[in-house]
Amino acid sequence: MPMSALTGSRLRARRVALGLRQADLAERVGISASYLNLIEHNRRRIADALLERLAQVLELPMQAFQEGVGGAVIDELRAAAARLPGAELERTEDFAGRYPGWAALVTGLHQRVVGLERALEEVSDRMSHDPHLSASLHEVLSAVSSVHSTAAILADTDDIEPEWQKRFLVNLQSDSKRLALGAEALVRYLDSAGQAEERGFASPQEEVEAWLASSDWQGGDLAGVASSAGRVMARGFLAQAQADAQALPDAALVRALAELGPDPMRLAARFGADVMAAFRRIALHPAAQAGLVCCDASGTLTLRKPVAGFALPRFGAACPLWPLFTALGRPMTPIETVIEVAGGARFRVLAFCQPRYPAGFRGPELREAAMLILPDADFAAEVVAVGSTCRICQRAGCAARREPSILTA
Amino acid sequence: MRHVLLIEDEANIAEALRFILSRDGWSVSVVADGALGLAAVAELHPDLVILDLMLPSLSGLEVVAALRADAATAALPVLMLTAKGQERDRAAAEAAGVSDFMTKPFDNAEIRARVRALLGA
Repeated sequence: MPMSALTGSRLRARRVALGLRQADLAERVGISASYLNLIEHNRRRIADALLERLAQVLELPMQAFQEGVGGAVIDELRAAAARLPGAELERTEDFAGRYPGWAALVTGLHQRVVGLERALEEVSDRMSHDPHLSASLHEVLSAVSSVHSTAAILADTDDIEPEWQKRFLVNLQSDSKRLALGAEALVRYLDSAGQAEERGFASPQEEVEAWLASSDWQGGDLAGVASSAGRVMARGFLAQAQADAQALPDAALVRALAELGPDPMRLAARFGADVMAAFRRIALHPAAQAGLVCCDASGTLTLRKPVAGFALPRFGAACPLWPLFTALGRPMTPIETVIEVAGGARFRVLAFCQPRYPAGFRGPELREAAMLILPDADFAAEVVAVGSTCRICQRAGCAARREPSILTA
Repeated sequence: MRHVLLIEDEANIAEALRFILSRDGWSVSVVADGALGLAAVAELHPDLVILDLMLPSLSGLEVVAALRADAATAALPVLMLTAKGQERDRAAAEAAGVSDFMTKPFDNAEIRARVRALLGA
């Protein structure tokens, strides 16, 4: 079977969890400790028969270590389990391995619940603070008030003068027209706001990312984006992707990648292109296997292209230990390192931050940082242990923790 | 004749109220702006102000605050009539010093009764 990038890491994590020494496990399955060490660091492929023996000793089904039970699924299952006191958190991997279909159902339902909760918060927030909605409702209420009062005058006043009667009829007509227009505008507004929520998206950004993921990050028919805010963002993405592709054309990019590797600096220099454009092209060109996250000066993630095994936060701020944020604090300094995520999977990452001054010398400095995530950790560098977001990260004793994890609370 | 000043920027509502209150024997003036409303109070010395909350230039709350800050109008009865009927809106109006609070849409008979009560009639 093909060795998953995560299989060795999963074997190691499980062995450590059971308190087994590497030498003891190796002996029990009939291999040398050094060979097991290479397997655990994802440096050797593993035959099915050996994996089966290891799985037996580690008391989990083979599937729990194989490709398909991604770290992101495990994280999502843990987050779902944390909602139910008494759920067997320690058996999450076992569950995902034994029942992948049920695991997919649980993660799907959990994502839907979280999305709906966020949507509800957003609607509630909008009802309280949205000036457009408030103004529309005020307009409708005012028209209703006028109609109500004027109609009552006409109905209750027997001796009303013809001149007043005529004026009130004219007022009624203008108010009913206003009311119809106001109600129509309200319905249109609420409909468009609800479309993204109905599909379980928590934000226009998430909607656009789902749309991009469905087209292998190439972008397709804008009809696939329901909300108007999402369409504006999608158009912006397409315009930028088109400009990037002109600066670094497909065929030439593939040749340059083969020659220079996925180095945004060298590619940018080769094509005379913007470094950020090179980041995007490496991660988003049709055959790309890399993940990409981008953020602005506030640290808000503005683009999240995931890569298998590295869970990107759907909500809330990301792990502050990501090299992305190191780069954000050191503009124009390329950062290359290896990160290890929960579960032990390692990735080579390249991060860079570029300030921009679109309004010139007198305008504000805008920063954009990007982090390329490559599933290739055979690279000599200091390994940085990172998480996804504090909420679902179980790393103990982390100096950068912002809030307790819901998985250990 | 007791004088009611109506500060309301919705022309049709103002017209309906003017008709109703005039028929009850009150003299009614109408202005459609908060700052003009304050000027009209100084000029006309009304016995009651009916005040909308969302107004151009000065909001209803700012108008009440200005009236309460002036010794000459500190005790002037003010009936706030607004489409913003949440508890926090009512609380803000009461804190600013309104004498009474009604929400839109309103009932004609109800507002006539409140006006009578505020004018001590």
